[in-house]
Amino acid sequence: MIRVENLEKKYGSIVALHKLNCRFEEGEITVILGGSGSGKTTLLRQITGLERPDHGSVFFEGLDLTVIDKKKMYEKRKKMGMLFQGSALFNYLNVFENIAFPLREHTKIADNVIKTIVTMKLEMVGLRGTEHLMPSQLSGGMMKRVGLARAIVMDPRIIFYDEPTSGLDPISTGVIDKLIKDLNTKLNITSVVVSHDIESCFRIADRIIILYYGDIIAAGKVDDIKNSKDFRVKQFINGEPEGPIPFTRTDKNYLDEILMEEE
Amino acid sequence: MNYDIPAALGQATLNRIQVLGRSGVFLWLCFYQAFIPPYRISRLIKEIEFIGSKSGLIVLITALFTGMVLGLQGYHTLTQFGAEALLGSAVALSIIRELGPVLCALMVTGRAGSAITAEIGIMKITDQFPALEMMAIDPLKYVISPKILAGIISLPLLTAFFDLVGIFGGYLVGVKLLGVNEGAYFGKMVTAITFTDIYGGMLKSLSFGLLIAWISCFMGFMAVPTTEGVSRATTNAVVLISLSILIVDYILTSLLL
Repeated sequence: MIRVENLEKKYGSIVALHKLNCRFEEGEITVILGGSGSGKTTLLRQITGLERPDHGSVFFEGLDLTVIDKKKMYEKRKKMGMLFQGSALFNYLNVFENIAFPLREHTKIADNVIKTIVTMKLEMVGLRGTEHLMPSQLSGGMMKRVGLARAIVMDPRIIFYDEPTSGLDPISTGVIDKLIKDLNTKLNITSVVVSHDIESCFRIADRIIILYYGDIIAAGKVDDIKNSKDFRVKQFINGEPEGPIPFTRTDKNYLDEILMEEE
Repeated sequence: MNYDIPAALGQATLNRIQVLGRSGVFLWLCFYQAFIPPYRISRLIKEIEFIGSKSGLIVLITALFTGMVLGLQGYHTLTQFGAEALLGSAVALSIIRELGPVLCALMVTGRAGSAITAEIGIMKITDQFPALEMMAIDPLKYVISPKILAGIISLPLLTAFFDLVGIFGGYLVGVKLLGVNEGAYFGKMVTAITFTDIYGGMLKSLSFGLLIAWISCFMGFMAVPTTEGVSRATTNAVVLISLSILIVDYILTSLLL
């Protein structure tokens, strides 16, 4: 469904993505795993066209999203939905209007039909009855669910999730995971999930891609990743503090740096 | 060290020019987006309500007291020359040419300009711009263009309102309180004010409206996406708009006289 070829992105001298190649298959949930600063969100922003890569291509429905004009990009985006890390709800609109927003902007559907569609989407995320609430009156988990209802209101073919369970309690995490899985199985929506939540990832993923400082170090089915012999993958999925993935961000020797400062 | 100072100055100058260029492109894109369909009329009306109608009370109070002070000061100065009959024209000319556009713009800057920068900055922090992009809606067209058009439309209207209330304030003090002849107050005013005065005042308010909306939107759009960044952008926007209003006022006055 989406094919990424030789994708490269730099911010100044920092290489965020290094010639990445991967695929996101139709009807599957692909989870992009990685630690902080590994390039997960950067990859998501290149795939969705929110940023232009320095090199490489992203193919969606036969078109390279990195070179098409804005009009064509917007046509493609009508088939996409996205759940942002902070939900990105419009704070001046209530729950109902937030979810109805894409319908009002892109369709000429009558108000009573919009009401029916919004109620259906709210029922799917278990929030029917909250239509009148403002985003500031919602908990973190509820905001994510409203964000999800808005992301699916146009019946997209693919949904991108940016850290959907970060900052949520275990029950809310379970609810979001179930929703992602249900949307995938019931509506056959392709899902791309960026996460660093291992447990959640193993619950929902069909395929996993693990990023490490802009490179893919592992990709495959859940069992392939669980049985991987790569020490970096093992350290990451087992959450081990010691291993080939360093905790510290600098190559400088700690003792040398302290002594240099004292001199 | 000596070499570093010119290099730093050069770099700072280049950075300023770059920001100026970006703000120009930003304004051009906003205008371009505003005039291609679909037109955002309901958004425009909402913004006119926010910038214009909701600034009405603050403009009314400022205008009333400005007119009253002018009436009081003008009367005491003019009576020294036995020319209190000219009070109406003195109040009206001061307000229409200068005080109306400038004070009205400064009041709107404090009320709406800062709010616009903060609103856009917060939208940036909370990913609402990428969210609009992902919904295939251009954030410049949806959020910014209506604000810029609303600024240009609202300020001349608010200034006209300021002028009327200000002249009425001068009337209250001059005619009702200090006993200047009512006929003289309005009669001298009508003969003294020319079309150029009104046109000049309106041109100024139009320019100030553009400045307020443009700078406040741009500062919000370019704000560093942190709470501190938005707070700094809001402060900078108010300072920059206020200074720009005074500078542009001088330039326009020198061109109009």
